[in-house]
Amino acid sequence: MSSPALVRHPEDSMPATAIATAGPAPVVTPPAPPASFGTLALRWYRLNRAGLRATAIGIISLLAFLLVWHLLTTYRVVFFVRFTNVPSPLAVYASFTKAMHDPKFLMHILLSCRRIFIGFSLAAIIGVPLGLIMGRFKLVHEIIFPVAEVLRPIPAIAWVPMAIMLWPTNEQSIVFITFLGSFFPILVNTLHGMSLVDPVLVRAAQCLGARERSIFREVYFPASLPHIFTGLTVGMGVAWVSLIAAEMISGQYGIGYFTWEAYSLVQYADIALGMIAIGVLGLGSSLLIRGAGQLVMPWRST
Amino acid sequence: MSEMPANASKGHIEVRSFSLAYETIEGPVQAVADTQIHVKPGEFVSIVGPSGCGKSTLLNAVAGFLKPTTGMVTVDGERVSGPSAERGMVFQQYSLFPWKTVRENVEFGLKMRGMPRSQRERAARTLLGLAGLEAFEKHYPEKLSGGMKQRVGIVRALATGPKVLLLDEPFGALDAQTRVIMQQILTNMWQRLKISVLFVTHDIDEAIFLSDRVYCMTARPGSIKAEIPIPLERPRQQSMMMSSEFLALRRGLMSLIREESLKAMGGEINDMGMQGLNIELHGHSLADVI
Repeated sequence: MSSPALVRHPEDSMPATAIATAGPAPVVTPPAPPASFGTLALRWYRLNRAGLRATAIGIISLLAFLLVWHLLTTYRVVFFVRFTNVPSPLAVYASFTKAMHDPKFLMHILLSCRRIFIGFSLAAIIGVPLGLIMGRFKLVHEIIFPVAEVLRPIPAIAWVPMAIMLWPTNEQSIVFITFLGSFFPILVNTLHGMSLVDPVLVRAAQCLGARERSIFREVYFPASLPHIFTGLTVGMGVAWVSLIAAEMISGQYGIGYFTWEAYSLVQYADIALGMIAIGVLGLGSSLLIRGAGQLVMPWRST
Repeated sequence: MSEMPANASKGHIEVRSFSLAYETIEGPVQAVADTQIHVKPGEFVSIVGPSGCGKSTLLNAVAGFLKPTTGMVTVDGERVSGPSAERGMVFQQYSLFPWKTVRENVEFGLKMRGMPRSQRERAARTLLGLAGLEAFEKHYPEKLSGGMKQRVGIVRALATGPKVLLLDEPFGALDAQTRVIMQQILTNMWQRLKISVLFVTHDIDEAIFLSDRVYCMTARPGSIKAEIPIPLERPRQQSMMMSSEFLALRRGLMSLIREESLKAMGGEINDMGMQGLNIELHGHSLADVI
């Protein structure tokens, strides 16, 4: 494995180890001394104090919310806002246990999740590559951007009548609304990410022999990923907003429809149950995206 | 290390009747005018000059990022028409890929060349070992100190076995201690690889300490004001920076650059600053100090 390139310069008196030992010394973690369970627990507590504190306060705050809700509803407080007909947390819990055994309720949830999954996935599959291509090729940007800018401010709900006309089935039009809601945040954030790619990194790649395709794959795409994931997170939020609106207006089935139907049928506890279900599902789906982001971008997590 | 081709007789850079102008609304602005420089195979050449004189512009043209308005750049007789892995570049801002580990950064050039994974992994490990970075191969650049980042930057640029190495103020962002160590490392690698180096800096000591020859540029529009051979023997030690020979070279270069810096400031100092400076300099005239 020797090569003429590495033959030493005759005057080179610097030992080979000089390079290796020069510069900041490598950080060597000292071998951990054997610690008792007590000290380990104490150390863990010290390291995670901030996180534990946040969790504890979070739990207390949620419990306080439930307590206030309980008091307001049991005493049927009327103070500008009327809590006369608002269901109490216990009533909602009762309807929750009932709903858990009701296949219809689960079907509502599953259908909503399916609509989100299809609409959001389509938006991501189209929005991310389109944003990448628009960011890279000026002509594509110049053609598509004006159209996108005009359509973007239209809220997804305003698309409901048009969607019903465009698509043969109700299901398709609801998925379309969900798609539209998440599409624009994804597209715009991907574009933004592309516009922020450090040109010096592109030059560094060119100097190392990278051509257009490799630069796209190895530089532009990973450099935009943080913004792409911002877009996906925002897009997921808007997807739920749009879905629930669409389900309330034109739906059959789905958690939005369930909530609206509960109102029509004067089942007040179910209204709150539907709302909480929407909140939990929305939270869960954005956690999923955040987790995916951490998996895809290991260099960003510490 | 068989991946690294010998460059002992390659890497001849020629820049001939080079000028570069930018188009602006007020017409073209000359950044670099009528410049000739050359780097012989295996030679270490620095370019110094007042800030804004176009030394980085010149380097970027050699790298192939900028097209000369007139004249041409050739490497081993071949005209430079765009960036290529034949001319490795090290940037002041390190410009490591943050999403790649240290080893993946070093592997990048080899990957672009289509070298199989296991082979390029081995090559990258060897190179990182030379730079004392093998313990950090799995780290992301963000976790490294400035000096370590730039070592990775240099190793990455050398991994593909380029004919020439171009460095654009590579140690400008480092503290003085680290800079000295980095200069040693660079000298060491250069002597091992016998590669031609074109080094842009505003640090005169650095230029003298490292180079075989130093070009001094004029204020904008930049051109070559002087070419100073550095006859200091190698290997060079830090202690040489105190020698009379070194100090004489330093004084010479310093006055050349001062002259240009003053010119670049458009005579402001001559008009109003002189008196003020005289007071601060405790009676010595500005000319004495320069």
